[in-house]
Amino acid sequence: MTELIVGLAGNPNVGKTTVFNQLTGMRQHVGNWPGKTVERAEGHFSHGDYDYDVVDLPGNYALSAHSMEEIVSRDFIVDDDSDVIVNVVDAANLERNLYLTVQMMELGANLVMALNMNDFAKKKDHIIDIKLMSELLGFPVIEINAKTKDGFEELLTTVEKASKNPIDSSEKLSYGNEIKGHLASIQELIEQDSSLLDVPSIWTAIKLLEKDSIVIEKVQQSSKSSQIMVEVDKVASHFYDVYQEGAEEVIANARYSFIDGLMAEAVKRPAVEKETTTDKIDRIVTNRFLAIPIFIVIMYLLFQLTFTIATPFVDLIDAGFAALGEYLAEAVGNEMLGSFLQDGLIGGVGGVLVFLPQIILMFLFLSILEDSGYLARAAFTLDKIMHSLVGLHGKAFIPMILGFGCGVPAVMATRTMENESDRLLSMMLIPFMSCTARLPIYSIFIAAFFTANQGLILLSIYLLGIVVALIVAGILKRTMFKGLSAPFVMELPTYKVPSVKGVLLHTWEKTKGFLRKAGTIILGAAIVIWILSYLPMGVEYGSQECVLGMIGTAIAPIFAPLGFGTWQAGIAILTGLVAKEVVVSTFATLGGLEEDDEEGVTQLVHDTFTPLSAYSFMAFCLLYVPCFASLGAIKQESNSWKWPLTMVCITLVTAYIVSLLIYNVGLLAGFG
Amino acid sequence: MKTLSDVKPGETVTLVKYHDTGDVDLRRHLLGMGFVRGAQIRVKQVASLGDPIEMTIKGYDVCLRKEEAKNIEVE
Ligand SMILES: Nc1nc2c(ncn2[C@@H]2O[C@H](COP(=O)(O)OP(=O)(O)O)[C@@H](O)[C@H]2O)c(=O)[nH]1
Ligand SMILES: [Mg+2]
Repeated sequence: MTELIVGLAGNPNVGKTTVFNQLTGMRQHVGNWPGKTVERAEGHFSHGDYDYDVVDLPGNYALSAHSMEEIVSRDFIVDDDSDVIVNVVDAANLERNLYLTVQMMELGANLVMALNMNDFAKKKDHIIDIKLMSELLGFPVIEINAKTKDGFEELLTTVEKASKNPIDSSEKLSYGNEIKGHLASIQELIEQDSSLLDVPSIWTAIKLLEKDSIVIEKVQQSSKSSQIMVEVDKVASHFYDVYQEGAEEVIANARYSFIDGLMAEAVKRPAVEKETTTDKIDRIVTNRFLAIPIFIVIMYLLFQLTFTIATPFVDLIDAGFAALGEYLAEAVGNEMLGSFLQDGLIGGVGGVLVFLPQIILMFLFLSILEDSGYLARAAFTLDKIMHSLVGLHGKAFIPMILGFGCGVPAVMATRTMENESDRLLSMMLIPFMSCTARLPIYSIFIAAFFTANQGLILLSIYLLGIVVALIVAGILKRTMFKGLSAPFVMELPTYKVPSVKGVLLHTWEKTKGFLRKAGTIILGAAIVIWILSYLPMGVEYGSQECVLGMIGTAIAPIFAPLGFGTWQAGIAILTGLVAKEVVVSTFATLGGLEEDDEEGVTQLVHDTFTPLSAYSFMAFCLLYVPCFASLGAIKQESNSWKWPLTMVCITLVTAYIVSLLIYNVGLLAGFG
Repeated sequence: MKTLSDVKPGETVTLVKYHDTGDVDLRRHLLGMGFVRGAQIRVKQVASLGDPIEMTIKGYDVCLRKEEAKNIEVE
């Protein structure tokens, strides 16, 4: 068996992941690139005598030092010992796709082109002479259909052949005599230093002219650096004199003229482009007047379907774990072990696994929305709101809305945003959207104090979350996330029928990740909370005498300025870290009541709170640290502990300040 | 002097040049997306809330905010 390392490279939405899934199926692993938040999907399969190791590279338009995704891709092409780079290309959109191809040629990559989406090209009446194109490019071009696997056999045998005779694809590249001459003068200097020759000198010369920060840094290490940089400046100013444009524009124009030449020879297109199905759908979906109503209907459906279909399953899992816990506790007989199993293990992990149905459904619907091309339209429609209010990308809207259901899938949904800082900022805002787990808390307090205007009080809590999120976003954008705003240049991909296999695999990957997390971080946290509630030996589980109770008593004074400095509230806040609905069952336990004795809990709450301190407590529960499950999700999605910890700090400070304001302004206004 | 942000839906224009005031990173990104001198751009529509703008360039659809489009001179 010969091992073959193959990278799949191309623009976004060209079918890379579809090809990857078709080749590797379930034998794939999705993680992150070392030290980066960029997703890395790798998979294995064998074909004939070859063992393939395939990497699905991020979708890029260029190979600059512009974004993490682009750096990851070009590092893979340059550094990793990849044998072949398969450039997946959208045949219906050749011109722009070839721009990336040309840059990979500058890198001298050992390329094979997989021409995909030929069905769309045919619909547009584009006729591509594949043989001629392959000749002009200097490497093989294979027609495939990622969805039906047509042409895969030929693609793989071509890849195997290419791995045996690697080519330098930069050879056929021609940027015209004028530019070629000037590049050559820079290349000549570069070639005098062998330490710079791990990549073709034409690539280094071009990147220097494009002021690529990473390449400049590398060249500065060279003994020839001053000569090289002087020559680069000379060429750049000469370009400016000749073309009245910066070197970057001159290079981009040169790339496109090479592409234009190739297109003119190898592709026949109608003089006037036909109207496509996408154009027709877009006349309705992004229509000025219809776009927002359509968005609202789709979001409503997404929300309703996710949470209503999930509810019976959630209840089932919930009841199942409760029964299992009770059964085990009885079967074990030993009081301590029984409590550990029932309250600690099953209670903690079960409390998180109940989210599973919601997560599966949400990913199912979200994958469909994304793959079909709708998500990009929603971002287009809503960008103005998100951008002017919080300085975020239009796509940030969807995680925010999902946050009203459950923070865990919402955090995972931030994956649809390409830009890292946008993704992180939206994650920081999600906990302020009041998730359904917090609803039981409000119900108890509203039942105890605000029966007269229930709806209004509940609405005010939800609105408070939104307003606070907007203010926090504004502050973060001016501090932590300063200057990181990404410009909004977004492709609106053509509408497509999503592939069932792709949607299911994506959903499975996410679910697996969530399960793994439930098995580790959340299990650990649940055990810690159980130990703190159980010790010292002999005290009642979760009472004032246990360690958790002592901590609750100790921290109670901290909450006195907020109006609820009681040990019961202290414990409830601590246990609420596991999951927000636990706040209610904690009150039940503390009052020595049955967990579902709502009237008893309401009475208890009525005795320990005033209306004002109750409202302040609800606001605190709304805003403080989200549950372990969503912190775990943030850890997983951001690939670092920094962000969940940041979130803990942000939410604690925010919750404290807001509750303090509510209570004290309330006191002054005479609501005491 | 006309910029891309002034173009009405349905109109087709040709890219002339970038203003020097624009963000360099953004310009590099736009160059990669096909916004080079001489490129034909057809504005399709403006979003419901007046921004961003959807346009067709080099055979595909892309959207830009007005604040970004106003640094691109067209005719
Ligand atoms: N009609 C058609 N659709 C395709 C083809 N290849 C991929 N797709 C669809 O195009 C969409 C985007 O594909 P994906 O693999 O996610 O693209 P990526 O962004 O390059 O990874 C998915 O909905 C695919 O089902 C094809 O050859 N023909
Ligand atoms: Mg993909």
